Amino acid sequence: MADPMRIRANLVGDSTEVKVLMSHEMETGLRKDAQGKNIPAWFIQDVTATYNGMTVLSAQWGPAVAKNPFLSFKFKGGTKGEKVQITWTDNRGEKRTDEATIS
Amino acid sequence: MNGQRRNLLKTGGGLTLLTLLTAAGWLQPRAALAADAWNAAAFDTKSMADTMKALGGGTPLPSKDITFFQTPDIAENGAVVPIGVTSAIPKTESIAILIEKNPNMLAAVFDISPRTDPSLSTRVKMGQSSNVYALVKADGKYYVASKEIKVTLGGCGG
Repeated sequence: MADPMRIRANLVGDSTEVKVLMSHEMETGLRKDAQGKNIPAWFIQDVTATYNGMTVLSAQWGPAVAKNPFLSFKFKGGTKGEKVQITWTDNRGEKRTDEATIS
Repeated sequence: MNGQRRNLLKTGGGLTLLTLLTAAGWLQPRAALAADAWNAAAFDTKSMADTMKALGGGTPLPSKDITFFQTPDIAENGAVVPIGVTSAIPKTESIAILIEKNPNMLAAVFDISPRTDPSLSTRVKMGQSSNVYALVKADGKYYVASKEIKVTLGGCGG
């Protein structure tokens, strides 16, 4: 199981600012190991952020997103104490969901 | 009547091809399932024109309403290049980041919900100095802005 994400959700004015740091290799599939064999691609393909069951952001990523991906975005509304949920799925079908409380 | 039959044939033909491909192991079942979410064709393109074709859009219009923020002119480390994009175009539906000289051009696509600010930032990998494009889909039309980022891969870091 992959390491948990670090998520921060802050209410700034009337918007919620979300910052996410995911833990993932984001291997492109183009690099070779010491023996000259290709290292297979392994990267996050889909990211979904939900608040109160509503999708506020969904993303499709290619292997060009940097290792241990960072993402920040804002959405209108949000209440302190409520939760923002982030889910990613990688190209091996592995999934991880974490949540953060808006503060 | 005839037209309908023609359409039916086409659809049927498409389905058969997909089934055949799946059966032949060309398409892994999981990949086929994920296909509606993850646009494999778009992430495999090498030019702007091909990417636009895979995304189903025409030639994007250059726009001054798309701006980059927290994006360096010179990136010392190509493995981690921060890119921030803001779109001031009304009804922005999605923002994509494309890197011209990467092996595959498309880096990321973000779908923006109506309550989400059309402004976000992330970090990408860049193989070499290149133009970076921010492609915005708004009200069904595509707009683009670009910025050149120089990558210094050397250990000294300029």
